[in-house]
Amino acid sequence: MGIRERLSGNEAIAIAFKQINPDVMGAFPITPSTEIPQYFSQYVANGEVDTEFIAVESEHSAMSTCIGASAAGARAVTATSSAGLALMWELLSVAASARLPITLACVNRALTGPININCDHSDSMGARDTGWIQLYSENNQEAYDNMLQAMRIGENSKVMLPVMVCQDGFITSHAIENIELLETEKVKDFVGEYRPENYLLKKENPVSVGAYATAAYYIEAKRAQAQAMINAKEVILEVAAEFEKVTGRKYGFFEEYMMEDAEEAIVVIGSTAGTAKEAVRIMREEGKKVGLIKIRVLRPFPMKELAAALSHVKSVAVMDKAESFSACGGPLFAEVRSALYDCKTRPLMINYIYGLGGRDVTVENIQYAFESLKEIKTSGEAGETYRYLGVRE
Amino acid sequence: MSYNLKEEVQKSERFSGGHRMCAGCGAPVAVRSVLRALKPEDKAVVCSATSCLEVSTFLYPYTAWKDSFIHSAFENAAATISGVETAYNVLKKRGKIDENYKFIAFGGDGGTYDIGFQSLSGAMERGHDMVYVCYDNEAYMNTGIQRSSSTPHFSDTTTSPAGKVIPGKKQVKKDLTKVIAAHNVPYVAQTTFIGNFKDISEKAHKAIYTPGPAFLNIMAPCPRGWRYPSEDLMEITKAAVETCVWPLFEVIDGKWILNYTPKKKLPVEEYLKKQGRFSHMFKKGNEWMIEAYQAEIDRKWEDLLFNCSRG
Repeated sequence: MGIRERLSGNEAIAIAFKQINPDVMGAFPITPSTEIPQYFSQYVANGEVDTEFIAVESEHSAMSTCIGASAAGARAVTATSSAGLALMWELLSVAASARLPITLACVNRALTGPININCDHSDSMGARDTGWIQLYSENNQEAYDNMLQAMRIGENSKVMLPVMVCQDGFITSHAIENIELLETEKVKDFVGEYRPENYLLKKENPVSVGAYATAAYYIEAKRAQAQAMINAKEVILEVAAEFEKVTGRKYGFFEEYMMEDAEEAIVVIGSTAGTAKEAVRIMREEGKKVGLIKIRVLRPFPMKELAAALSHVKSVAVMDKAESFSACGGPLFAEVRSALYDCKTRPLMINYIYGLGGRDVTVENIQYAFESLKEIKTSGEAGETYRYLGVRE
Repeated sequence: MSYNLKEEVQKSERFSGGHRMCAGCGAPVAVRSVLRALKPEDKAVVCSATSCLEVSTFLYPYTAWKDSFIHSAFENAAATISGVETAYNVLKKRGKIDENYKFIAFGGDGGTYDIGFQSLSGAMERGHDMVYVCYDNEAYMNTGIQRSSSTPHFSDTTTSPAGKVIPGKKQVKKDLTKVIAAHNVPYVAQTTFIGNFKDISEKAHKAIYTPGPAFLNIMAPCPRGWRYPSEDLMEITKAAVETCVWPLFEVIDGKWILNYTPKKKLPVEEYLKKQGRFSHMFKKGNEWMIEAYQAEIDRKWEDLLFNCSRG
């Protein structure tokens, strides 16, 4: 069952694309996602896929070619990071509003200022409100598995939205780990063909895409888009259930790790979950009731489900690998805290901004966060909620 | 088959009337002329940059486009249509479609000379089988007549106003046709509306049916921005050609060909005086502006003659 391999996260994504054999890839190199189009263009050069690869002159054009190709009726993919995603910004919204199920492999890297090539989530967090579904991955296996599920979710007729599959730059994109791949035939069976209802190259029914919508229509277009994102929740779970049947690997909106009787918990995204799980395991051995929630699906945001999973906990630290410069915390903190507002009993909550620009996060850092949560639980006071972890003040 | 305007206009329109472009605007004339050059049996996907053309022809729930049409953003028409063309190639290769499609992008000078320049350069270099048509009205008309790099020297626009110390636009017009010719694409041409539309029709046909990337630069005057009476559209384009302000030429596989030489090259005043945007140039004491303008046009014309003389 499955093919055992050792691959980096970038290779895992490139191989997922190879197995899927999409119609079009438009991409531009940027560290640390460069390897994805690099590997893929080699597959094209060797005839291992018959995808058309467009080596564009910018990420802006990468997303533009994907928009053109997807609107034309093709399955279009791209990969980028950091400033590349920022340059695509305008078109992320265009792709979502035109309801084009493009797939983007985002290899998370800090946004420039200062320039930095290492991981944080400022790039994709900045894009979280552009109308894309966002799936986050802890490791190369999850990056691969998320990519295999992405098109089934985005191309579902109740959804028709673009999907961003995120993984942590260098930490997982370049680290080689064991991975279990699905056989290519099974990938093709699972992902299936893209069969849009309307597209530019449909001879019997020419269409116009990308209208000017005045105030008389704009809000209805947005409401329909919002409904698609609501619909995506159910589709994400359906696709995950089918994926589990094929692979035995289980996915949901988030992963709960030792949460059953947890009194203190952290909420985290991406590769830090691996480090944090080790901290939880050690602390559990010491008899401490600690647990972890790892967000997989940020858009659509699993508000009710998170509230149910966290309401019984005494104190929670939400870990943000991105600033939002609100002067009161990171983006994930704002959303998780809001999710708990309707609960009758709520945990005390704090926010840790951590790991910006690739700053290492250690087991000890996470243990420190848990110790803070214990103090908060004991004192009954959250104190300062906007905190930094592992920073020189 | 020789060109016949009567026959050309018998073809069914691919761009419907009833759109909201101004009377006397060159853009819809450019679009109709180009789309008429498509063989009736061929299908097309048309793309437009954000522009007057886009917002006036595809105002939800109405579209003036009978062929499939896509608008994405201001600066990416060339990249967008190259994505469509690539999708066509792969879907054809995979046996999912069998018809013949042609791919045409339209942009104003703002979307072409300026904000869309990188995207256009990229698409031309990559060699997509497409035509990029610039309808050049020499300013950002959609936002209210702001200067672009295509705006001519001394032109009065809302961001290069003719004032007491600055006489309109300080810089000369960018020569984009030449810049695209330097991309070594198989077909580049400059045209406008003249006489029986033979020049623009034949160039559009060549652009569409030459394999690979092609670029058409069409002078498409704007009555609001240039300040001329709507009915004078064809007088303006004629004067532009007769004064050599807008010469008609093509560059085929690197070979420069002059398509029209005025019997008597008219002075630039014959073109400038018809337009309000140049009216300050005719005030007493501003004669130097007209002289400078004439000198620039003469230099560019000589340069063009030289390029065309090399065969």
